Amino acid sequence: MAPEGLARPPREDTSKAGAVALEGVTKRYGAETVVEGVTVAIAPGEFFTLLGPSGSGKTTTLSMIAGFVLPEAGRIRLNGRDVTATPPRLRGLGMVFQNYAIFPHLDVFENVAFPLRVRRTPKAAVTERVAAALAMVKLTGFERRYGRQLSGGQQQRVALARAIVAHPPVVLMDEPLGALDKNLRYHMQVEIKEIQRRLGMTVVYVTHDQEEALTMSDRIAIMDRGRIAQLGPPREVYERPDSAFVGRFLGEANLIPVEARDGALMTRGGAMVTAAAPPPPGGAGFVFVRPERVALRPAEAGGGANLLPGRVRHVSFLGNVVRYAVETAEAEPLLCDAANAPGARLFAPGEAVLLSWRPEDGRLLPQ
Amino acid sequence: MPLGRLGALLLLAPSFALLALVFLGPILWFLWASLGELGSLAEILDEIGAVLGARAVLGAIANTNWIALIVTLLVLLIGYPVAFALARARGAAFTLILVCIVLPYFTSIIVRTYAWMVLLGRNGLINQGLAALGLPPADLLYNRAGVIIGMTYVLLPYMVLTLYAAMKAVDPRLMQAAEGMGATRLQVFLKVFLPLTLHGVAAGALIVFILGIGFFITPALMGGPRDITIAMLIEREIELTQNWPVAAMMTLVLLGVTLVLYAVYARFAEQARGAW
Amino acid sequence: MVTPLHAGLRGAAMALLCAGLLAPIAIVVIVSFSGDGYLRFPPESFSLRWYMRFLGDPRWRAALGNSLAIAAMASLLSTLLGFLAAYALVRGGLRAKRAIVSLLLMPLIVPHVITAIAVYFLSARYGLIGIKPWIAVTHSVVALPVVLVILQSALQTVDPNLERAAMVCGCTRWGVFRRVVLPLALPGAVSGALFSFLTSFDELMISLFLAGVRSETLPVRIWNSLLLEVEPTIAAVSSVLIAATVLALLADWLLRRLRAAR
Repeated sequence: MAPEGLARPPREDTSKAGAVALEGVTKRYGAETVVEGVTVAIAPGEFFTLLGPSGSGKTTTLSMIAGFVLPEAGRIRLNGRDVTATPPRLRGLGMVFQNYAIFPHLDVFENVAFPLRVRRTPKAAVTERVAAALAMVKLTGFERRYGRQLSGGQQQRVALARAIVAHPPVVLMDEPLGALDKNLRYHMQVEIKEIQRRLGMTVVYVTHDQEEALTMSDRIAIMDRGRIAQLGPPREVYERPDSAFVGRFLGEANLIPVEARDGALMTRGGAMVTAAAPPPPGGAGFVFVRPERVALRPAEAGGGANLLPGRVRHVSFLGNVVRYAVETAEAEPLLCDAANAPGARLFAPGEAVLLSWRPEDGRLLPQ
Repeated sequence: MPLGRLGALLLLAPSFALLALVFLGPILWFLWASLGELGSLAEILDEIGAVLGARAVLGAIANTNWIALIVTLLVLLIGYPVAFALARARGAAFTLILVCIVLPYFTSIIVRTYAWMVLLGRNGLINQGLAALGLPPADLLYNRAGVIIGMTYVLLPYMVLTLYAAMKAVDPRLMQAAEGMGATRLQVFLKVFLPLTLHGVAAGALIVFILGIGFFITPALMGGPRDITIAMLIEREIELTQNWPVAAMMTLVLLGVTLVLYAVYARFAEQARGAW
Repeated sequence: MVTPLHAGLRGAAMALLCAGLLAPIAIVVIVSFSGDGYLRFPPESFSLRWYMRFLGDPRWRAALGNSLAIAAMASLLSTLLGFLAAYALVRGGLRAKRAIVSLLLMPLIVPHVITAIAVYFLSARYGLIGIKPWIAVTHSVVALPVVLVILQSALQTVDPNLERAAMVCGCTRWGVFRRVVLPLALPGAVSGALFSFLTSFDELMISLFLAGVRSETLPVRIWNSLLLEVEPTIAAVSSVLIAATVLALLADWLLRRLRAAR
């Protein structure tokens, strides 16, 4: 049970406490535009993730929300207030850095107490709030230790405790779990979500790990070369990407080039494809299908839409899934993920098979 | 960045002010005022020609360069193995060698010079040793030999520390690869290690030479009447005859050469990436 | 492969070299304790008379006092200025950084004699000869590069994210400096102060011209004495200077050990 003091932050006067808004934010370094026209409205209490490969501009965007970097154009609003020109210390944020940034010359208690000491919080309140924050990250008892005596995961929790101790309405996180091993990462993800829910704070999270983004976020903004490629809840961006880039970034994807010919969509190999979307402009595009939506059965005669004959080229056992790479008449091998269920039919390399998928699982994407 | 460009310049301002007030300003003013006494630019150039043509000055220039060159070579010959040993040493050996380099480096130059005077004098340690062996005394003080020995000792740490940095930067796997391809240890040294440290050699040699041509204290104390360096001449002009214009002219030459060499050194130092 | 003989020869060569490097300094120290009236090595007797001579002589004592006072002032000034400059260079994101560093290191490259007479030119005109604070200021110019190199290195080890974290936590720039940068760079600053003190304490060239009669420093006095005769009192004084160096190096080493242990 969380102590009373930290159960819910006091409701601010403005109903927009915790709201983050970016309007046309642009950042240039010399001739290079690193962030271009980014516009987002993040609701209070939302877990919002900026996802993208390195160089996509996500960290720069976060730095601008924090106030370390000044945008060339656009506005940044926190809780409805324009903070574009406000220095970081007046923005009332919490922040967790990728390399934790624990002050090495202070012990855990003083690290977590730091934001309170700077604001001259009275001693009794400091002790109480630090204790509450440490309890929340499950580090009670570590007060007198120093950063170098802690493991990576523990340091990360100290960083988290420090970020939340002053009850900021918005917390920024810059790839905080990148340096942890996979197992620990998963547990920290759950813990972070839990803390966020309990405190009702808005989180703006930056990561390049799509799995992490899908697990934790209420909404994801996928960034590509400084622009937002797509924005939406995890399920939506995963199942209905708007572009090949987004489709490929969020997971394994089959992208089959198709053309409109004689009123139907045909693959290069001559198979017919139907998809629940209008034909692409210019008459050419990709059909996007997730490997887990592709079914594999032994080769048989017969035709129809969304059927591709092929030969199994490679079988990978991935733990919970068996992945087949199948050679077809198309240029690239297609991937099919079959659940590793008991009694499932296993195919061997070289076997002739038939790939199929439902029309509604295929999505037409432009070039 | 927590600090904007303006903030950075503000923090640098006091240091710039100090440099301008106590270093650049005086040097420029001294040159300007002293040379200005001579009249127009043409007259100045004439005078410079005359002064630099004087036998004493030419002699001093020749001495200075010659001494600096020999010292540079000696420092290189002694310094390379020492730096090599330092780069390979571990633990106590490393500390010992480092102390042997760093302690003299931070000891006052006058103390170091005095120490050699004690050693090299007529009744100094070296000659006492030679006498004990029944050998005639060696004339090692108040002459060229003394100056060279003294300057080599003072300038050695600069070379060693520069070379050490360059040697440390050599990836040991490169040498392992060469050995794996069948090279003998001598070949590995000559064909792999040595070439990779050459920029350090160049940087070290340049810095030693640059410092060497400006030397005053050691040649003044340990040299003889034929071992006058440019720096000594300049000092003499001021202390004895207060002849500012002549001093200024020689300063100009020495300064010019120093700055040109420093510019060359700066390019090498970029590659050497070592700070001494 | 390295044979034992090979290793033994190498070890012997190194030992010889180390002895050679330290010998001059060691000999000075030993001679300073000799009881003989002339320079003889090894000394036939041991005594402290040269130290007594040194400390008993008012001129030597004055020189020591002058050196200490000037070095303290120079150290303070150059460490302060050097700290600010180093911080600006490490965090300022200046494009001309390399040029600025080259400029600030110039006093080490330009022959001391030139700096000395140029400063003398200025000082003679304005009656600044023999003024200790002014001498300290001139020493700072050659001590500043030393501080700069040490502190640049020290500040580079301070993670910039620590400063950003402090800013987000509500610190003003001064607060970041006071609460984060200063504590973490303090060992470097002390190191810088020690070596700038030493640089000024050992400085001869500028002091020769600027000391005048009333502000004779220890190195200047040694120089003047050496031109007269090479006598053992100088050895005692030199040993004091050597002791200062050893103390500074020791203190720096201890500092490093302490910092590593934290």
